[in-house]
Amino acid sequence: MLNISGIHEGYVLDHIKAGTSMKIYHLLKLDELKDATVAIIMNAKSKKMGHKDIIKIECPLGSIDLDTIGYIDHNITVDVIKNDSIIAKEKLALPKVLKNVIKCKNPRCITSIEQGLDQVFILTDAKKEIYRCRYCEEAYTEKETI
Amino acid sequence: MRHCMSPLDFSVDELDQLMGLAADIEENPDKYSHACDGKRLATCFYEPSTRTRLSFESAMLRLGGQTLGFASADSSSASKGESVSDTLRIISGYADICAIRHPKEGAPLVASLHSGIPVINAGDGGHAHPTQTLADLYTIKSLKGRLDHFTIGLCGDLKFGRTVHSLISALVRYEGVHFVLISPEELKLPSYIREDVLEKNGATYEETESLEDAMPKLDVLYMTRVQRERFFNEDDYVRLKDRYILDNDKMKLGREDMIVMHPLPRVNEISVEVDDDPRAQYFTQAKKAVFIRMALILTLLGIQVDKNIPQPTNNPSSEKGGEKC
Ligand SMILES: [Zn+2]
Repeated sequence: MLNISGIHEGYVLDHIKAGTSMKIYHLLKLDELKDATVAIIMNAKSKKMGHKDIIKIECPLGSIDLDTIGYIDHNITVDVIKNDSIIAKEKLALPKVLKNVIKCKNPRCITSIEQGLDQVFILTDAKKEIYRCRYCEEAYTEKETI
Repeated sequence: MRHCMSPLDFSVDELDQLMGLAADIEENPDKYSHACDGKRLATCFYEPSTRTRLSFESAMLRLGGQTLGFASADSSSASKGESVSDTLRIISGYADICAIRHPKEGAPLVASLHSGIPVINAGDGGHAHPTQTLADLYTIKSLKGRLDHFTIGLCGDLKFGRTVHSLISALVRYEGVHFVLISPEELKLPSYIREDVLEKNGATYEETESLEDAMPKLDVLYMTRVQRERFFNEDDYVRLKDRYILDNDKMKLGREDMIVMHPLPRVNEISVEVDDDPRAQYFTQAKKAVFIRMALILTLLGIQVDKNIPQPTNNPSSEKGGEKC
């Protein structure tokens, strides 16, 4: 078990699928967080998963939007840390709306030509994890991000 | 303000009201001939569709209103690269309501997000064409007297045909509609429509390749055209386009009270000899489309001519439940 003693306030994202932590780093825009210290542990041994990645983020609570990672991998667990201790374990849900996280691949979609239009996807089937483009309603099933 | 993006924007009760209004307009056209005096409809057609555009214009003119617009992207600022949202912001200052047709899917929705006036989706690529579906429903309702407990055969291109997909989605909301899906293997209804629409709503259906076998069962036969632009391979198109041709011999297998519908234009899937058969109702369908468009225009503009004829609200967010629109 890796200790989290290094963090005073922030988040520990655990059980990240091995090799995907950098993607999540960019998706959460951690590179844009000015006062955050980020530690990425890659390929850690895990009883449950074989190998996994972990991201530790020292930052003021509320400064990252966890919803987006719910889309990427909702098996990721989140420990919320304040005053050196875990105050909550958050379960990630699939976000109902994804804004500028994935891009519509339908070449006939208005998003392919209209300038300045947000890429908006709506969760239409939580069981099958299906998101549809708000505009053309094409389903998006691949786990790829912009 | 309310827009019309999909036939499902309206609840079943609201559709009933809309069709009731269309029927009253059809019966008493004079009562409505000045309902839209001083109002303007903009027809923004980024791709040509003469039939749909004229149907909208006819609808507005019969209500006493006026029309303006463009008939293709070449004659509009779109060819200079202006976005749909900018165009609609501008059109909002010129007209009271807008019908938009666009080759890109979702363009009417984008238009509605930036519009100060009600927007009607008059067809967006392979995505939706709600007023066609409203016209189809109104035709069935007024010719068969009901939208529940009947058998409809859908024949031709069930794979790419948006008219068919949209009609199925609208009809599964009524009880006891049985679907007979008639198509070649290559143009079968996509599995997501079978599972997510038909099966999810408990609708019954059967699939067949034989129009002859299906004929005797049908109350309504809905023919569709196989569209060339959907095929990558010209040979496939040529092979499949003549797969079903409705002629007098096949009509003999149908019931006496069956009706034949087609969204038009047809190519050759309905032989002209069928036109004289009293069951051929596709031209009636085109005529009825004007009345349902008139009812829609009145509804979205919030104009009620006869207080005894209920119509859907044009301000759904103020109603309980806040119907999505
Ligand atoms: Zn799209």
